[in-house]
Amino acid sequence: MNESKRRFIKRSLGLLAGGLVAAGARDAGAVEPPEIAPSMKVPGVGMGEYGSPAKYESKVTRTLIRSQPGTTGSGASRTPLESLEGMITPSGLHFERHHSGVPDIDPAQHRLLVHGLVKRPLLFTVDALLRYPMVSRIHFLECSGNSQLLYQPAPPTLTVGQTHGLVSCSEWTGVPLRLLLEEAGVDRSAPWILAEGADSAAMSRSIPMAKAMDDAILALFQNGERLRPENGYPVRLFLPGWEGNMSVKWLRRLKVVTAPVMTKDETSRYTDLQADGKSLMFTYPMEVKSIITRPSHGMTLPGAGLHQISGIAWSGNGAIKKVDVSTDGGRTWVDAPLVAPVLPRALTRFRLPWRWDGSAAVLKSRATDDAGGMQPEREKFIAEHGNNGTFHFNGIQAWSVAANGEVKHVYA
Amino acid sequence: MSTRDLVALTLALAVGGCAGRGVTATTMEGPNLGREATPAQIAGWDISVGPDGAGLPPGKGTPAAGALVYEQKCQACHGARGAGQPNDRLVGGQGTLATKTPVKTIGSYWPYATTVFDYVRRAMPYIQPQSLTNDEVYALTAYLLNLNGIIGDGDEMNAQTLPKVKMPNQANFIVVYPPRGK
Repeated sequence: MNESKRRFIKRSLGLLAGGLVAAGARDAGAVEPPEIAPSMKVPGVGMGEYGSPAKYESKVTRTLIRSQPGTTGSGASRTPLESLEGMITPSGLHFERHHSGVPDIDPAQHRLLVHGLVKRPLLFTVDALLRYPMVSRIHFLECSGNSQLLYQPAPPTLTVGQTHGLVSCSEWTGVPLRLLLEEAGVDRSAPWILAEGADSAAMSRSIPMAKAMDDAILALFQNGERLRPENGYPVRLFLPGWEGNMSVKWLRRLKVVTAPVMTKDETSRYTDLQADGKSLMFTYPMEVKSIITRPSHGMTLPGAGLHQISGIAWSGNGAIKKVDVSTDGGRTWVDAPLVAPVLPRALTRFRLPWRWDGSAAVLKSRATDDAGGMQPEREKFIAEHGNNGTFHFNGIQAWSVAANGEVKHVYA
Repeated sequence: MSTRDLVALTLALAVGGCAGRGVTATTMEGPNLGREATPAQIAGWDISVGPDGAGLPPGKGTPAAGALVYEQKCQACHGARGAGQPNDRLVGGQGTLATKTPVKTIGSYWPYATTVFDYVRRAMPYIQPQSLTNDEVYALTAYLLNLNGIIGDGDEMNAQTLPKVKMPNQANFIVVYPPRGK
């Protein structure tokens, strides 16, 4: 018997004796010291024009992609929050919400029209916009329909990304909207601007002049590169901290007007139906909110001992001032360390170590912003707003951890 | 550096705040690259219609005319007579908003009739937006308002009549912007 055969038999016997667990350990052992890793014995592949995530991460994708019946483009996809860390969302995993799909727009053909109550109605090419002074800001974008499943009487049995993944955070670079309005000779006493997209829904919203002149951006770049098509290429409006639908993508027209135009998406949608049948209209800022992303629903803690709790917090009204974390369902709270930089209207990461004793626990996080807002318990939110709403849910999210380590969504 | 250079540099700093030729670090200023848009260009693009009727084009339509267009171009997605399925229900739902199962339709929820015209013209039919004539859009608007019991069978919708239509749920919207005290 030669050496390799002998080794084969020895290994087979080992498998029989040790079962599957041992087999797994043995495979892992093949790359453990003192063995040299295979990657060190052959040259790696060459350079690439545009990088992609590691092939082993192919399951980290946008999640719960749903569209209206009979359409492929009217719907949403969500950011897989449970798989991400830090404050920036990779552009390819930024959530999507389209009202009639992603248009194919040649930037050389695209125009932005500024008109209405202005001295000089103006047309801008994208090349022209690229010559304007720009600002870069890190901001979250959140669809006001995010977390809407928590309005339901029973907790959804979905991952944190599927439930809360209509929020993402990017560095946005573009031209302050104020510059173009001033160039057109805007009538500053006109209180509203209609913004319209070049998609086949011609998605449109009325924007308050005060926001347009304050911090509104005509975004051309996202995370350093030109906008992705699904995020409004070649140019989108970006309104920091306000409900995502107002940051009109594929922006083609801005009309300065005296009153809101009352478009479909500011009347029949994105208004907040309350328990008494009344509806709140023009609820623009996204209120203070936080979620623990790890551990979260669907995960299993591998055993008692030291674990890291990690989550995100944000507010459309300012910067996150404080995140409290509870492991006993909200009876006691601990101030969680915030991860720098803590920026206004940006996702803020919080992390803290948790020594789990192996008994049942309920994890919660509660954010406070520097404008004085504090995230309410779900029960309190529902008591105030009722169950029949869809938008602007910002109640506290609870995850139960069972003694066997299983993490589940609970109302607690 | 000669004394003369130093004086020049100091002057440049005092004036522009920065030393390079043509480079300034003062307030942000745009290069003024907008090209004046002509009235014809604006008219071709301006499709928005306000609640006061501003922007409504010439044209007219009745519920009966709208029914014919609806059956051909809308019914496949919105069901017979706006009953919904597979897509949004457009008719009924009055009296449900304060219940556990609110049904939001044009009749039960939408605060302005002009929005129906604006939205149908810009976005419908889903597979062929901006393909309807203005008469067809007026007729569809009339049909949907009539199905919801908001206008009569013989009522014609046009640029004068449509903005006068009072939607039943309009008074139930509470405007919260700008916030009180600001």
